[in-house]
Amino acid sequence: MLLDPGFLIVQTLNGLQLSMLLFLLSIGLSVVFGMMNFINLAHGTLYMVGAYLALSSVRWFDSYWVALVLAPLGVALIGAVFYAVLLRHMQRQSPMRQVLVTFGLIFVGFDAVRMVWGALPHTIPIPAALDGSVTVFGEIYPTYRLFIIALGVTVLIALHFGLERTRLGAVVRAGVDDRRMVAALGIDVERAFFLVFCLGCWLAGLAGVVSAPVFSIFPGMDMSILILTLIVVVVGGPGSLKGAVVGSFVIGMVDTYGQVLAPELARVTIYALMAAVLLVRPQGLFPVSQAH
Amino acid sequence: MNGKRIMAAALAAALLAGTTAAANAQSDIKIGVLLPYSGVFGGLGKDQDAAIEMGFDDFGREVADRGITLVKADTESKPNAGLAAVKKLILRDKVDLVVGIISSGVLAAVRDYVHGSETPLIVTNAGNVDITGERCSPWIVRTSFSNAQIVRDMGPWMAGEGYGTAFLMAFDYAAGHQMMDTFREGFEASGGRIVGEAYPPLGETKDFGPYLAQVKAADPDTVFVFFAGGPAIKFAKEWAAFGMKDEVQLSGAGWLNSALYVKKQGADAVGTLGALNYYPSIDTPENHAWQEKFRAAHGRDGSEFGVAAYDSARLIVSALEATGGNTDDKAAIVKAMHAVEFTGPRGPLRIDPMTNNVIQNIYVAQVEARGDSVAAAIRHTFPAVQDPPNGCTL
Repeated sequence: MLLDPGFLIVQTLNGLQLSMLLFLLSIGLSVVFGMMNFINLAHGTLYMVGAYLALSSVRWFDSYWVALVLAPLGVALIGAVFYAVLLRHMQRQSPMRQVLVTFGLIFVGFDAVRMVWGALPHTIPIPAALDGSVTVFGEIYPTYRLFIIALGVTVLIALHFGLERTRLGAVVRAGVDDRRMVAALGIDVERAFFLVFCLGCWLAGLAGVVSAPVFSIFPGMDMSILILTLIVVVVGGPGSLKGAVVGSFVIGMVDTYGQVLAPELARVTIYALMAAVLLVRPQGLFPVSQAH
Repeated sequence: MNGKRIMAAALAAALLAGTTAAANAQSDIKIGVLLPYSGVFGGLGKDQDAAIEMGFDDFGREVADRGITLVKADTESKPNAGLAAVKKLILRDKVDLVVGIISSGVLAAVRDYVHGSETPLIVTNAGNVDITGERCSPWIVRTSFSNAQIVRDMGPWMAGEGYGTAFLMAFDYAAGHQMMDTFREGFEASGGRIVGEAYPPLGETKDFGPYLAQVKAADPDTVFVFFAGGPAIKFAKEWAAFGMKDEVQLSGAGWLNSALYVKKQGADAVGTLGALNYYPSIDTPENHAWQEKFRAAHGRDGSEFGVAAYDSARLIVSALEATGGNTDDKAAIVKAMHAVEFTGPRGPLRIDPMTNNVIQNIYVAQVEARGDSVAAAIRHTFPAVQDPPNGCTL
């Protein structure tokens, strides 16, 4: 099977597509964790809410593109409110408390979604412009999945330049390295952190919208992707763009190839990989040197 | 003295008979309807509910001067909630019979309780083979199908049509494996070869992409699948989007293109082969009449789910008529069901006294374009398909 070029092309594209979704999800989680040592387990819930907001937007406005704009903004807004009301006060508390509070939010989100949208699974249609297939290296491949890959690459490049070339990017990079030193220079780290948190929520919402036409939308869709996302952060090393990119790529590929090449080990391969990385490089593949 | 005694006894007997008759005339026959009105299978539950109501409208809401009352209970598509619901029906509502059950999981959960309570249960969907096999019960009758019954003859038929190699795909759970194992047995016995299999985890990954790449590499003559509901709609779409439609013949248990959603699948479904106990295109007067009535009432085609529920109502009314409306002797009701035979929308059917599973035709159909819509056209009929006892000793 591995020698079949058609299989390799299609499966690699499938792997890239999952990698890009994981990247959109993990980068926000990773940078927030790197900057503030704050782990938000409800990150997957934001992804789910993004998908459901997309469902509602499509129903109201009958346009995927409106949903693509509105739903991530809605998720960012929800994230901002949660930050102001709850998470801001959690920062200086012990990690165990943060984990418990954000873990509780997962259940709140699950039931809230069920109350608003019901328990039945939904899908939204693929937008007409991206419906159908194109031929890639002689293999037929769904256009919409190529769109996901392209979107992921675009976000990656934008984030790269944002981090390297903008003032906020510089503050974020410095904040990940040594937060206290940045604060001592008179820079409002708190505000930078808030913006990064909202951007992370926006990206999670974006991931929810783009995956909605491919995956089913149902209460609980956040859990399987949350686990993969956390593994990406652990494998890649928290706090770095490079880590999130490489981690997403590795996990996306291993998961996509693993479930076909070793189906009986489908649920084991990524955990085994994470364990191996942790044994060899406990800080992840591309850690940011922490001066705490 | 003797004469007086005889007179008194006769009078007492007459009075007694009178009161029971009066009681019978007064009290309604209570039938519990056990369906998922919410949860994953909520849509199917509502479909069957509508068809059961239609069945009692058509075949009578009164037997031997006793009215028939339906008491409804929601399984919420969950085994534990289903068990609680059936207990409520039997203990509190004191129903004479129970009809319904979509999910095999719910059926497995209520089986022992129903069996112990000696209440006849008419299963309208759940196809787990064990319930009319190893774990069969004299109280559980099934009017829908068994998983094996649907696909058993499909293997030899596909091999006979010239498909030499097959790839199997279904979710990793009991029904998926039962169907795939049964297909494999028949297909291999007829000279076919299985070149690959994939069992994605149920309800977890909903992305078929990686598995379609695997199919592409295995390059089989046909892919035989079992998917139903949302995943079936998605599978057909992905199948077309990955360009598999023109390369490999897609086939499977007929729920892949159920009448409930084949129009939603549209052009993506055209060409797909399926085996099922009912298709709306069956060309009989009984089916035309039923479809006309169903369309008039609901504005869409009746499905195999509706037919099984509708036929269940007919089976129940016929059996109760045979017992003269007597519901005290439950065993007699089940026995009467074994004697009922009729031709419904799906064709002739009766209940197998060996397993309590239905004996019915299984149809092979292929989805074809009809104007700007699509429909499954019958290509072949396996008449009166009967399950082997499979360890059931009734």
